[in-house]
Amino acid sequence: MELDCRGLSCPEPVIRTKRAIADKPESIDVLVDQRAPLENVSRFLKAMKYNVAVEELDGEWKIKATK
Amino acid sequence: MTISKEKRNLAIAGGLIGIIAIVLVLLGNPKNMGFCIACFIRDIAGGIKLQTAAPVRYVRPEIIGLVLGSFIISLVTKEFNARGGSSPMLRFCIGVMVMIGCLAFLGCPFRMVLRLSAGDLNALIGMLGFAAGIGCGSFFLAKGFSLGRSHRQAPLEGAAISAVNVILLLLVLVAPALFAFSESGPGSMHAPIIISLCAGLVVGVLAQRTRMCMAGGFRDIYLLKDATLITGFIALFIFALIMNLATGNFKLGFASQPVAHSAHIWNFLGMFVCGLGCTMLGGCPLRQLILAGEGNSDSAITVLGLLTGAAISHNFGLAGGADSVVDGVYKVGGIGTNGKVAVIACIVILLAIACVKSFAKKKED
Repeated sequence: MELDCRGLSCPEPVIRTKRAIADKPESIDVLVDQRAPLENVSRFLKAMKYNVAVEELDGEWKIKATK
Repeated sequence: MTISKEKRNLAIAGGLIGIIAIVLVLLGNPKNMGFCIACFIRDIAGGIKLQTAAPVRYVRPEIIGLVLGSFIISLVTKEFNARGGSSPMLRFCIGVMVMIGCLAFLGCPFRMVLRLSAGDLNALIGMLGFAAGIGCGSFFLAKGFSLGRSHRQAPLEGAAISAVNVILLLLVLVAPALFAFSESGPGSMHAPIIISLCAGLVVGVLAQRTRMCMAGGFRDIYLLKDATLITGFIALFIFALIMNLATGNFKLGFASQPVAHSAHIWNFLGMFVCGLGCTMLGGCPLRQLILAGEGNSDSAITVLGLLTGAAISHNFGLAGGADSVVDGVYKVGGIGTNGKVAVIACIVILLAIACVKSFAKKKED
């Protein structure tokens, strides 16, 4: 599952991520393009017991979370 | 229990900012007003003659420093990111209303914490309103409230507000006669300009690095059960409290507090407007200044909304008046009829915007 949160300012990316993992998916990728959502979404997914890895590409980030 | 790096950094930054705020008061800023984003933007509105209330006119270097501190550190860390286009006009209007709410209470969320740390219990009533406003805003966020996506913009667009602040600073230094400065009242009380500017720069850097936000702290607890952001808020309170106790500036009670009134319902509702508006904007007035420095032109527009709101508040008699003693009789201040109507209207309008952008937004997305 991929969630596009580019252009959204805090706290919207985290709230959309929270909604997206309500069904406890095994993995989710979240796209963001600002530092604050990158940190906040990563922190939230770690708190939800996901393993988090980040790929950077041209000023955007893909947060890859897996159980 | 381990404390995360983010919480630790926020605690350190909050503590330092608390100490800086109290030092600014010792060096001349009004009591419990080492930093107040609303009051200082209001003073700037007076200084550049957008409003003419004689006691509150000064070009506060702290505000210029906050924007430029954020601008400089975001360039150094390559976080400067020119972007905008997320409902700029709505953000401007919400900025106006947040300022009307703040000035009904006589302070922004930052000053609310500073007032509380000096024993001003009116700020506790304000904080209850602030927390209720954020709770209300969080309800709409959970229902899908959004002001829409922002987009990348040209670097000049993102840097424009910082350039404006540089020009303002240069003009204040070389041609102060252009501006209006209070001769008495809070606007006449200020720390030396270079110290105020440096304090603003340091706090701007700290707030940019830690993403400190007074509204975000409560919001994240409500929505995410996450206490990270509120750590800065708590550290600021504790360190300012210690400094106030050490310097004899702590006085517990409702009556005779510096630049404050004890009209409880309007303290509550003023900060309710502020809390709701800040949650819709995604951050408190301090955070808007920091984001504006980082290149976010939506936040820059919001800052202009705050500035306009300050001018409207004073030109139309909406702002709160402090408690006073007249002929030996204690007179409770507060806001006049215009102010009461404005605060209620702000609540109604904010709720209407929140409803439209929460429940009718799916067609736009």
